[in-house]
Amino acid sequence: MALITVKDLSLRYGANTVLRHVNLSIEPGEIVTIVGPNGSGKTSLLRAIIGATSPLAGRITLQPGLKIGYVPQKLHIDPTLPITVERFMRLTNHVTRQDCANALETAGVPDLLKRQMSQLSGGQFQRVLLAGALINRPDILLLDEATQGLDQPGSAAFYQQIETVRRDTGCAILMISHELHVVMSASDRVICLNGHVCCEGSPAVVASAPEYRALFGTGTGGALALYRHDHDHNHDHSHDHGADSQEAAE
Amino acid sequence: MLDDFMTRATLAGIGVAIAAAPLGCFVVWRRMAYFGDATAHAAILGVALSLTFQMSIFAGAMAVSLIMALTVTLLAGRGYAMDTLLGVLAHSALAFGLVAVSFLSGVRIDLMAYLFGDILAVSHADLAVIWGGAALVVALIAWRWSQLLTATLNEELAYASGFNPRREQLVLTLSLAVTVAVAIKVVGVLLIAAMLIIPAAAARSLARSPESMAVIAAVIGAVSAVAGLRAAYIFDTPAGPSIVCVAALLFACFSLLGWQSQRRAQ
Repeated sequence: MALITVKDLSLRYGANTVLRHVNLSIEPGEIVTIVGPNGSGKTSLLRAIIGATSPLAGRITLQPGLKIGYVPQKLHIDPTLPITVERFMRLTNHVTRQDCANALETAGVPDLLKRQMSQLSGGQFQRVLLAGALINRPDILLLDEATQGLDQPGSAAFYQQIETVRRDTGCAILMISHELHVVMSASDRVICLNGHVCCEGSPAVVASAPEYRALFGTGTGGALALYRHDHDHNHDHSHDHGADSQEAAE
Repeated sequence: MLDDFMTRATLAGIGVAIAAAPLGCFVVWRRMAYFGDATAHAAILGVALSLTFQMSIFAGAMAVSLIMALTVTLLAGRGYAMDTLLGVLAHSALAFGLVAVSFLSGVRIDLMAYLFGDILAVSHADLAVIWGGAALVVALIAWRWSQLLTATLNEELAYASGFNPRREQLVLTLSLAVTVAVAIKVVGVLLIAAMLIIPAAAARSLARSPESMAVIAAVIGAVSAVAGLRAAYIFDTPAGPSIVCVAALLFACFSLLGWQSQRRAQ
């Protein structure tokens, strides 16, 4: 059975209908990325899945007992709020310190347990959020543009971590991304959204779909080609980038 | 012991400090300072209504504060920026309250007592209301502490954890109305926001966790109440403002110390 089934979902935000008749399902263990222009309803879709907005029509069915890990787009911690990484991770979860340490390890940032959240770098911060989402051993991770504010090497390293997480824990991943080059390499399936599902399928299928080209093709066509080119070849770049961003995070 | 007016005043001040501390932390973390102001200023309208209908001032102030807070929550994000909205509501509520009070021709009321508090006139019954209200606020916030913190950090995270952040906001709104109502007698409507924000802000540089910040804020608030009353007694100054002055001085000291230690750490 699918982890999440969205059936004929329509969603209104204020006076605007942001989603119309959206159908999709997420199977265990797959990495699915939603792409789409600004205002295409990507975030609204994710919010509907976690129950933050109620649909105008249609249904969202979660597998019974489904455990969701959520990594928000941006988490603003006011500088006046003192909170350690450990306290943050144990906020909504009844877990032990060891569980926190393990989740941080999985997210690629061990040894941050006692640090103040406000003192983390952007990359560390996102990984702590990832660890916080992983701590309950979720069946599926939802990521809403989790690499916003990270530089390219930083976000590349972050998505590599996501793949590692999937490999190690087998949890499914549904993410929103602006970064088409990441989408092309890291996803099993891509859903192109613009108020409705324009097209979906494997990255290669979507990239050549006319609907997708209509949305991203003009102007970015060259850049997109470059991205694909980048990842069809193996320059062994990603390894170096990962190391760079680790250094930057220290 | 409670027959001494200074003892009662001190206990009243400490009671308000304890209620205001955890709530004040959330006001600071969520940047709701102006929200606290608006709610407190609306209370003067509640006072006028209570006097008109001869009901408990505590109940009247609390009801109007609650209505104000709910109105702000409802109107938020609908056209006007939050600070504009709060600026309009806070000051018009205060103005309407003052005008309403002037209509009360039959009643002689000491407006100053409600604007700046009248802590030295706290009765046994007032004391019971203040400590009862403080206990209610502390219990409410302690009960929802983790959820409130999560909702403060990120709404979606709250939904994903399975609870509604709007409901948590309501807990804060209710606590705020209760705190305003119990604090009127102590510091008056104009300075309630100060009792919320200053101790919490002063506690920031000393705290390493959200919980310790709330506790330290309570201690700073209580020390301010005791020292402020003492100063008011010695220098013959108004009690409520004296308490706020002490809190402000403590804030200045701790902030300077905080900067110093930060610079040394760098």
